[in-house]
Amino acid sequence: MKRFFVPGLLALLGLAAPAASQAGQEILNASYDISRELFADVNKAFVPYWKQKTSGDVTVKQSHAGSSKQARAVLEGLRADVVTFNTAGDVQLLAASRFVARDWATRFPFNSSPYYSVHSILVRKGNPKGIKDWSDLAKPGVSIVQVNPKTGGNGRYAVLAYYAAGLESSGGDAAKARALLKSILANVAVFESGGRAATSTFTEREISDVLVTFEAETLAYATSPNGNYEVITPSVSILSEFPVAVVDKVARKKETETLARAYLDYLYTPEAQEIIARHYYRPRNEEVAARHASRLASIKALEVGPVFGGWEKATRDFFDNGALVDALLKEIASEVR
Amino acid sequence: MNASASQTARAPIGGHPRRIVLVVFGVVSMTLLILLPLFSVFYYALREGWSVYAGHLKDPETLHAIGLTLLAALVAVPVNTVFGVTAAWTLSKFDFPGRRLVTSLIELPLSISPIIIGVAYLFVFGLQGLFGEWLIDHDLRLVFSVPSIVIVTTIVTVPFVFREVLPLMQSQGPNEELAAISLGAGGVKTFLKVTLPNIKWALIYGVSLTFARSLGEFGSVAVVSGAVRGETNTMTLQIHMLFDDRSQAGAFAVASILTSIALVTMLVKTWVENRETHRLLRGMGTVKE
Repeated sequence: MKRFFVPGLLALLGLAAPAASQAGQEILNASYDISRELFADVNKAFVPYWKQKTSGDVTVKQSHAGSSKQARAVLEGLRADVVTFNTAGDVQLLAASRFVARDWATRFPFNSSPYYSVHSILVRKGNPKGIKDWSDLAKPGVSIVQVNPKTGGNGRYAVLAYYAAGLESSGGDAAKARALLKSILANVAVFESGGRAATSTFTEREISDVLVTFEAETLAYATSPNGNYEVITPSVSILSEFPVAVVDKVARKKETETLARAYLDYLYTPEAQEIIARHYYRPRNEEVAARHASRLASIKALEVGPVFGGWEKATRDFFDNGALVDALLKEIASEVR
Repeated sequence: MNASASQTARAPIGGHPRRIVLVVFGVVSMTLLILLPLFSVFYYALREGWSVYAGHLKDPETLHAIGLTLLAALVAVPVNTVFGVTAAWTLSKFDFPGRRLVTSLIELPLSISPIIIGVAYLFVFGLQGLFGEWLIDHDLRLVFSVPSIVIVTTIVTVPFVFREVLPLMQSQGPNEELAAISLGAGGVKTFLKVTLPNIKWALIYGVSLTFARSLGEFGSVAVVSGAVRGETNTMTLQIHMLFDDRSQAGAFAVASILTSIALVTMLVKTWVENRETHRLLRGMGTVKE
């Protein structure tokens, strides 16, 4: 019965979903959680750009969830032509299964990362707990919301930022960095699964004193008209890259390779860089960056490569099962008891 | 649920403090737990005025979500009605080994969490799953697509018609059908004239439950949707997404539509029931013309 049922159903759905059969090409961008607003604006601008360039019609669809979850979904069959993630590790996962070219990182400029950001701190208006830098997050009585480092790149950057701050302030003493990381992790009240969920927990449910997330998110919330929040830009932070890649395996099948490539190239144009900067990400284009310099405070941004020996090593040292984060959380749990 | 309930004489509560307390308790808790949240959905949806409300609903992604949800319901309801009645008929009128097992299997979606159904579906039909290679070769997209939403919704709502119809068919037994057949009626005629009128109420109830549940399904579709905006977002997913997108008013606007559809379904069901009850009572002479 199934043999007739499935094609029959597909035919029925084909009739019922006219949007899919419109003339022109369609691509899907699978992205991380908090880039919803950014890519809604980018896509709006890309459609006329593409029309002018090739006189072709294009629809760009969006899908958003935690970056690692999206990587899994692509492996399971989400037909994304391009991925725009927030950590290299998630693209690496796709490269390992040959969904993405092995040399993806060199296919576009700047490590295939058209913009970057840093991790920063959002506190409630008036900064009642007097937070000025990462070390203040370790004080007793401060409670923190951040993304779970196991499910989202956002959370991994937060952990690395704490550790890097410990290294900076102690002149590279690993034991002191470990101690700072441990006392900050002990203050985390909620590990959320995705970036936007963490923000909602902080803003809508009013849980905890501090939200640690990308600066693009903290600035957007602090500057929104009814936002009762302040951004604390720490003295040093970790530089977050937002790697992009064409999902060759899907694009080849859908015959959208040229379009998918052009879409990612477009992210580097001054026009798109301007949109990116307006969403509080830090653009690669220097002219655009200069225009927005007043909104994006200069900050010492450390890179994962030189400080932690690259993502693979950082993942092994910090995030794998049984690595440092697990060990510290276990210590914290046993001390509470 | 049927005519017999409204015929029983009811006891008055006047002068019985304990009965009054019970009734007041019931009314208050119903107001707090059901009416108030229901009211708040419409309050928050309409708080910023009609034009804002209409604007939220005209959003193409929201319209698509409403369409997709209705499509899933419109497939799930007929499929599960036919399946439920057929299965209940087979199980109640015939005896064969493994009857109990089949019953339990059909009712399984009721007792396991929808998210498990979603994940299991992914393991079977996902690219990394059992049939992954085969599905790629035949270019069938059964995950993160419209068909996956429709299929999963149908699976989750399988038990409702079946469960409502089965006990009734079991208690009635095959005697009336046997009588009809012995008097010369054919299979179709027996079904339409004897079986169907007997199970009418349970069937209507089961269908409306199936419809309501398929509109409201969240857990399983969340797993297989892939959250492609304007393509695989159902109404419940759209509400969740709008809420996370800092658009509370938008989320409540969609919620108000979902709630309205559910309310209308319930009203239609009640109206049909009342009409039928009235007709039955009139037939018995309890109510004057």
